[in-house]
Amino acid sequence: MLSTEDLTKVYESGLFRKRSVTAVDGVSFQIRKGQISSLVGESGSGKTTVARIILKLIQPTTGRVLYKDRDISYIKKSRDLIDYRRHVQGIFQDPYSSFNLFYKVDRVFNMMFKLFEKPVPKTERKVMVESVLKTVGLNPDEVLGKYPHQLSGGQRQRVLVARSLLVNPEILLADEPTSMIDASTRIDVLKVFTDLKKEMELSIVFITHDLGLAYYISDRILVMQQGKMVEEGDAEEVIMNPKHEYTKSLLSAIPTLSKKWA
Amino acid sequence: MSVLNAENIKAYYHLLDGDVQALEDATFNLNKGEILGIAGESGCGKSTLAATLSTIILPPLKLLGGKLLTENGDDIFKLPERTLRREIRGKYVALVPQSAMNALNPTKRIRDLVTDAINAHYPKMTKQEVRDTAAKRFEDVGLPFRVLESYSFELSGGMKQRTVIALSSLMNPKVLIADEPTSALDVSTQKTVLTLLLDLRKKGIVQSVIFITHDIAVLRQIADRIVVMYAGIIVEIGTVDDIIFNPLHPYSKGLMPTVIVPEPEIKKRAISGIPGAPPNLRNPPKGCRFLPRCAYATSVCHQEPPLITVKRTVVRCWLYAK
Repeated sequence: MLSTEDLTKVYESGLFRKRSVTAVDGVSFQIRKGQISSLVGESGSGKTTVARIILKLIQPTTGRVLYKDRDISYIKKSRDLIDYRRHVQGIFQDPYSSFNLFYKVDRVFNMMFKLFEKPVPKTERKVMVESVLKTVGLNPDEVLGKYPHQLSGGQRQRVLVARSLLVNPEILLADEPTSMIDASTRIDVLKVFTDLKKEMELSIVFITHDLGLAYYISDRILVMQQGKMVEEGDAEEVIMNPKHEYTKSLLSAIPTLSKKWA
Repeated sequence: MSVLNAENIKAYYHLLDGDVQALEDATFNLNKGEILGIAGESGCGKSTLAATLSTIILPPLKLLGGKLLTENGDDIFKLPERTLRREIRGKYVALVPQSAMNALNPTKRIRDLVTDAINAHYPKMTKQEVRDTAAKRFEDVGLPFRVLESYSFELSGGMKQRTVIALSSLMNPKVLIADEPTSALDVSTQKTVLTLLLDLRKKGIVQSVIFITHDIAVLRQIADRIVVMYAGIIVEIGTVDDIIFNPLHPYSKGLMPTVIVPEPEIKKRAISGIPGAPPNLRNPPKGCRFLPRCAYATSVCHQEPPLITVKRTVVRCWLYAK
């Protein structure tokens, strides 16, 4: 479905004495249809940079991203970019900042309709919006017509997932979508992702620093450390039988319920 | 033996358009040498509680009632400001606030910040004596000497947090209150900070700790007992094992299954959230504040539930009234 080949992103700063930071270093992986793959790593591992490259928010330094076997760097015309965005959508960490607080939440749906090839009539828009809201487990009456501050973090995040679904994407990238939400509402947001995978065969890339979350929700886990991909495999394998030293040390640092640290 | 005894502490945020009833009737005790966890989600009142316990109560927060007793039976809330400054803050109770590492003054080296802290309590110490004390303490907590010579922006998040904890414990406080000390840190850095706290207790540098967090798995690793808070109320107090594996209050029962850890059990166990949202504390409902989200609610819950002791646990719920 989507794959990266030797993806590298180097940030350089300074005019005379150049300093460079290699945020992503030769990362190659594949996203398969109908699977949830988690990109796991600590801060500075490069996982968000990878997501931004895939979403075409930034350009890689070298390497390429292939969507359905086509290199996405050839997408230059705005019409092609809009078409790409209909297939690959993103959800980000902060459910507060993704909204313009001065407008009602309905606006994020209206903006999404601009991505459509042909204009969608108002009556049909209403039906589509209500349908995607129900898909994410939200009651349209409780959400439409409200301002962002009138909704909880979990509701806001689910509204953002709903609006991505309007264009019927094939790939959804979610960057730390639950880290700013309380534990008791986090589960409902996670359930949305697992339902989407099951019912719509959506391919989801779930980016997180939380290995427990990755284990719970993913089919595959890809571990990143300082820009490099150090381990990848089935979620069960990576967590229960880690091979790379970094994965092992990461797992040992996680506080668990059953075992106690010495 | 109790090092701190909190009785019916009540504190509101006094705002122009009304009060936020952030903390209501908080009663619990801290035993000597224990690590007491305070668990709850955002808005439950844990930071407000930390502010009252450390007597750093700044407007619009107002203390409206209650007692805070030391091991000698003195009520901290009744002590004059002078005594609070000299004997209590930093010495009896020290606070590491949320995001403390962001409060380090970036224009001064760490050793100057240490000097400030020590001189505030021991104004007669010479500069050299202060430097030596600081160096020894940092060595005790495993922070390399270069940290003292550095500016805060030269340190990583983990080092800053450990520095702040070292600074707060300079006076060997009887009680160290840490408010979400590891929430902004990576999981491996988190472990070093938690290890530091356990080490401080083992070495006797800190006697007892109040650890505030929303992360139950962390409390499982370091706490002895847990206080569970919801919407400004303490709903349950028990040992770490009892609260996590045998919770009594319906909120605790709903909170424990939301803990996700990379262990095979979670795939078998049903993971579920709690429907609904906490009440608006500007106008909290009468009676039990968890009522709208509670699967066990009955008509009696419209009255405020009492604190009931069930074996080793204290729970505020009508379910356990005889």
